[in-house]
Amino acid sequence: MCIAIPAEILEIRDDNIALVDFGSLKQEIRVDLVDVSVGDFVLVHVGFAIQKVNRDEALETRELFRQCYAAMEETA
Amino acid sequence: MAGKNPIAEKIHELTDRNLTFMHVCGTHEAAIARHGIRSLLPENLKIVMGPGCPVCITPQGEIDAALELAEKGCIIATYGDLLRVPGSNGSLESSGADVKVVQGVHKAVEIAKTTDKEVVFVSVGFETTAPTVAATLLTRPPENFSILSCHRLIPPAMDWLLAQGEASLNGFLLPGHVLVVTGLSEYRRFPVPQVVAGFEPDDILLGILMLVEQVREGAVRLDNAYPRAVFEEGNPKALEILHKVFEPCDVEWRGFPIIPKSGLKVREEFSAWDAQKKFGIEFKPTKKHAACICDKVLRGIASPTDCKLFGKVCTPRTPVGPCMVSHEGACKIWHHYHVKNI
Ligand code: SF4
Repeated sequence: MCIAIPAEILEIRDDNIALVDFGSLKQEIRVDLVDVSVGDFVLVHVGFAIQKVNRDEALETRELFRQCYAAMEETA
Repeated sequence: MAGKNPIAEKIHELTDRNLTFMHVCGTHEAAIARHGIRSLLPENLKIVMGPGCPVCITPQGEIDAALELAEKGCIIATYGDLLRVPGSNGSLESSGADVKVVQGVHKAVEIAKTTDKEVVFVSVGFETTAPTVAATLLTRPPENFSILSCHRLIPPAMDWLLAQGEASLNGFLLPGHVLVVTGLSEYRRFPVPQVVAGFEPDDILLGILMLVEQVREGAVRLDNAYPRAVFEEGNPKALEILHKVFEPCDVEWRGFPIIPKSGLKVREEFSAWDAQKKFGIEFKPTKKHAACICDKVLRGIASPTDCKLFGKVCTPRTPVGPCMVSHEGACKIWHHYHVKNI
């Protein structure tokens, strides 16, 4: 439940919405809980950014996060 | 993980006594089982799971309340994990109710904007999730939208577990993404070794190693093994939003009695979006299935394989207790990865 995946902010839109890049997937998320700019990395949980994280470390870990959680989803 | 892991080797080298550490995070349990982390640890070091799966600790009475709302004709929106959790009389899935699975609360609001019907979001989750719901209520969603607040807070449950002493714990592996939001300070009052850890195999092993080191030193500290995301102050903006909308309340957890100030209720000013107030719903106490030992699993004093129903009567297709339903339920995880015992 507390899964959170790093993504890069590509574009900030109206009403606290941002377009982010998860690596292979681009999606709109909500950014009500963080102050961010384009190029920042955030941890995304249930469609909301919950924290800003270090860019290099985010890039490094993103792939691992994705593999791990994609596999968990498959157990449905 | 193939080959030897240097962190695991170090843990072997340093573990010189019987140790039991508890994690309180379903995402940790899933990662531990998936990567076979228990098999990398010395035999005298046990990792037990606590009440870290928000779906599993939601009492039957709250599922029954969601079913009651469905009977009143509301559209129920929630996370997929909640669908098959048994209430007293069936689950949201088996009830034939109008149930929509959503990624998050904002998607439930989008549904409300397209219908005249009442839409109720069944809102489970810890401190990681609650701010997303609070932020959404601050946007003043449409009148036909409301939430059934089933949120829980982690520290009060830790207080209860420590006071109880039944799991005889040497320390806690703290849930990384809860502390991403809350920061560290709230946890400093616990008189046991604690390490906050991330979710990759090495993050978790590092967290365990740091716990072993504290025990050897005779130290009682809060160490951070996830500094890339967990900061001292957490996310102050998210916390402010959380407290603006919710206030702590006394609630029951599945497997636990009522724990003071361990839940979140919607503050008076936002009661227009509080489904309990709007529809006059009360959470009623219920009895659990006699043979299901989810309560003990959630308190860290039994493993799924100790349950007579595990894998026989109770399977992911025919779950008896919530721990067999959620992706983060210990029973479902152990069933999936064929874990034999701790
Ligand atoms: S195996 Fe099923 S019945 Fe047994 S504790 Fe787990 S959820 Fe409950």
